[in-house]
Amino acid sequence: MTREPLERGISVDPGTVAEAGLLRSGTGASGRGVRATVIIGVTGLALAWPFLSDFTVSLFATIALYAIVTAGLVLMTGVAGMTSFGQAAFVGLGSYATAWVCTSPVATAALGAWVAPGLLPWIGLLLGAGLTFAVSWGLGAVTLRLSGHYLPLCTIAWGLSLYFLFGNLAFLGGHTGITGLPALTLFGFSMASPRALGVLAWVVLLIVLWGLSNLLDSREGRAVRALKSSRIMAESMGIDTARSRIKAFVLAGLLAAISGWLYAHLQRFVNPTPFNLNIGIEYLFMAVVGGAGHLWGAVLGATLITLLKQRLQDWLPQLLGASGNFEVIAFGLLMLFVLQRFPEGLWPSLASRWHRWLGAPRLSPREAMSKPADADTHPQPRGFMAPAGISIAETRSQAQLLKASQVTRRFGGLLANDSVSITVCAGEVHALIGPNGAGKSTFFNLISGVDQPSSGEVQLMGQSMTGRPARDFARLGLGRTFQHVRLLNQRTVLENVAMGAYRTGQAGWLKSILRLDRREEAELLAEAQRQLERCALTAYAGASAGALSLGQQRIVEIARALAGKPRLLLLDEPAAGLRHLEKQTLARLLGQLRAEGLGILVVEHDMDFVMNLADRITVLNFGSVIASGTPAEVQTSPAVLDAYLGGVIEPEVIERS
Amino acid sequence: MDLQIALFLGQDGLVNGAVYGLLALALVLVFSVTRVIFIPQGELVALGALSLAMLQSGKIPATYWLLVALAAPALALEIWRWQRGQLVDLRSTLVWTVLFPSAAGLLMLVQPRLWPGSLGVQSLVTVLMVTPLGPLLYRLAYRPLADATILVLLIVSVALHGILVGLGLWFFGAEGWRTPPFSEARFDWAGVSVSGQSLVVVATVVMLVLLMFLFFERSIIGKALRATAMNRVGARLMGIPTGLAGDLSFALAALIGAISGLLIAPITTVYYDTGFLIGLKGFVAAIIGGLASYPVALLGALVVGLLEAFSSFWASAFKEVIVFTLIVPVLLWRSLNSPVIEDEE
Repeated sequence: MTREPLERGISVDPGTVAEAGLLRSGTGASGRGVRATVIIGVTGLALAWPFLSDFTVSLFATIALYAIVTAGLVLMTGVAGMTSFGQAAFVGLGSYATAWVCTSPVATAALGAWVAPGLLPWIGLLLGAGLTFAVSWGLGAVTLRLSGHYLPLCTIAWGLSLYFLFGNLAFLGGHTGITGLPALTLFGFSMASPRALGVLAWVVLLIVLWGLSNLLDSREGRAVRALKSSRIMAESMGIDTARSRIKAFVLAGLLAAISGWLYAHLQRFVNPTPFNLNIGIEYLFMAVVGGAGHLWGAVLGATLITLLKQRLQDWLPQLLGASGNFEVIAFGLLMLFVLQRFPEGLWPSLASRWHRWLGAPRLSPREAMSKPADADTHPQPRGFMAPAGISIAETRSQAQLLKASQVTRRFGGLLANDSVSITVCAGEVHALIGPNGAGKSTFFNLISGVDQPSSGEVQLMGQSMTGRPARDFARLGLGRTFQHVRLLNQRTVLENVAMGAYRTGQAGWLKSILRLDRREEAELLAEAQRQLERCALTAYAGASAGALSLGQQRIVEIARALAGKPRLLLLDEPAAGLRHLEKQTLARLLGQLRAEGLGILVVEHDMDFVMNLADRITVLNFGSVIASGTPAEVQTSPAVLDAYLGGVIEPEVIERS
Repeated sequence: MDLQIALFLGQDGLVNGAVYGLLALALVLVFSVTRVIFIPQGELVALGALSLAMLQSGKIPATYWLLVALAAPALALEIWRWQRGQLVDLRSTLVWTVLFPSAAGLLMLVQPRLWPGSLGVQSLVTVLMVTPLGPLLYRLAYRPLADATILVLLIVSVALHGILVGLGLWFFGAEGWRTPPFSEARFDWAGVSVSGQSLVVVATVVMLVLLMFLFFERSIIGKALRATAMNRVGARLMGIPTGLAGDLSFALAALIGAISGLLIAPITTVYYDTGFLIGLKGFVAAIIGGLASYPVALLGALVVGLLEAFSSFWASAFKEVIVFTLIVPVLLWRSLNSPVIEDEE
């Protein structure tokens, strides 16, 4: 609730949209220069690899293993706004699974007849991945409907439990663990030495980063980004946020399991210690210190923490005159410092400093904003394009899109909506008006699936929607905007609008990760671009949504709703914050949409706007309908005049309230 | 298992459950007032127990130096803010940074001479020492991030947990400590032997719960805290300083932590990292109450205590696993009872 003013973002200067670090998604500062730097760094490491000392090689191998886990956490924490302290336990599952398969007499006896010994580790990988999938899916499912802090608490319990379990199960070797793991062989090549396995670890890490950045740059990636701040919005776009959350968590768990599998075959033995909760917390530190919203932040964080830990373990015990894991003190202090001073982690600051050093003329956010020039002299009428196809108003009109009958909503003793009935037909603009507190927003929530009526029924396209979530409403062709604008302020206007086209796409996570979704993605972006053009926002396509004025943000929301090709449009105070000319263009747009056969229900306070546009008007006061009809009828209704101008209060109005 | 053992385990579970209940109350309080999930609650328990153990062996517990080390920058910070013309509550600052540390220090100095070996006075010193740690940690670690998300605050908590566990190891070493019981008495009720210490624990917990109830129901400050928990912005608009609410809830949490430490130290050997597990069991109880309901959290704590006691009998190696796995069915049940998706803050 403290973030509300930011969310509404009235002409927020992009520089000041400093939501507390973890909220930031996005790969922001990673421009071309950073990419070049990364390529140079990786190539340098590859060239130097044969000449590094054994110690350095195993250090770098460890860093890669940690970074794989941390990259999953970046997806979860920085992008999707969830957190896990239990990733070390998933690493443990991956390690123990392969250790058990490769060494246990039971497993080898059972598998020996089927599988060559060299393939056992791969069976172990499958088992580890399978177990991780089951556990993470289960934990995710258990917490998916609860608010975000239950998942991390659950992962603390999970991380502790698994550690105790590993330590107490005899067939896993108890606290001493399992020794004698075989080395991996890949294409007949033995990976016994850390030097060989380190290469594999880095290759895996690079593939993981590639896959994750593909994911973030896709339809499903946009859905994941919406999880953090705007689940209600995401659901209204047809996104199943619970599924998205689980998938992000499962993916992070699988990455941890892969890292654990590599770790087991690097060390060739496993015991419970490296999978303790403390290590799980360290993984999170890596993500936060590096920059939880940035994939390369994972690598930076893993590197920093690993090097630091190794140093601190050497000289902290000397300094304090006792032996023990004192590095947690330093890590904790470092965390507090980073969270308070660099809430986005170190990667973004480093990246921008590096940029300056390279002398690359990167646009500051402010410049980037002024670029879509003449922003303030809104491109005039030519903006709204005529509909492409012929009007299908005739064929569709009279079709009832939405029918709310006797809808009542109680909040405790408060009767917010009292038997409200309303219909919206194709090809009409129906306005819902009423004084403040009349129950308009409550009603809006009820007919869009955000909230459920206490009694009464909402029908959409002839189907009863009782008990169905907002995304089902979207699926049936309902598009909506929000009274308090819900955009992803950090993302571009184009991306925000493309979010609306989510449900018109098909490509899932796997396709997105493997970059097999490009044709569909291009179509979605083209559709978003079309809607932007239609709403005269093309000039802002590349600007971050938070930088627009409130009025423009409202139009972006309309474009986003239109990108989902709705049949019914619910607009919550679309004209609020618009200037006179902007209102005229908005009215023209709505008129066009009506001509195309859309049904539009609009809540609005601006009477001029409503009276000139609406075909029918329903007036709410104190939760119940006091008048409905054409604008002319409503304007002369005594009840309406009373409600708005405060005439003599009629007894029946008092009774209703 | 015969009735005898069952009653014995039941008593054990009840006593532990009572302590978990206290901690759960503190966790719910801190969370509802400040949105902080206070993971370091358990570390305060360990600090309380181990500080008393140090006092018993005639040493100045390092906790005191920790207090001084936190009080000095907290005081400096407030003075600096004050000089820059910001609104600063100097009186409460002085209470936490000067009054409590000097009272604890003085009492610690005179105790060996005036009340040699007195467990009661040493306990008082411990409480005076640990309680101000709450508001000081709040001011230094959480308040600068007061507007951050629950998630960020949770990560801060985990960082603090790391710091305090590390410091605990440095201060008290890796060996465990036990303190003498507050009551050596033994009672025999219907064939069940009940230790005086168990009664002390249960009586203290019941008294504290009653006091808290009166505090929140009757006193104006308690009501202000409740108002802040219900609606932070609204409470601020009504003139309740958010900082005060944060200070007070953290002070209460630290007080409860210290007292819990005093209560368990005679029953179980306390190591530097024991507090974490104890605190987490309080968490399981608090989660049963949805981090919102005090009575349900108390009941949950009893369930946790009993479950722990009985599983230590049947499957002692797996008792932690069993207790922490309890969280899964609890969350599932809560999840099925919360139909509407809500936006995070």
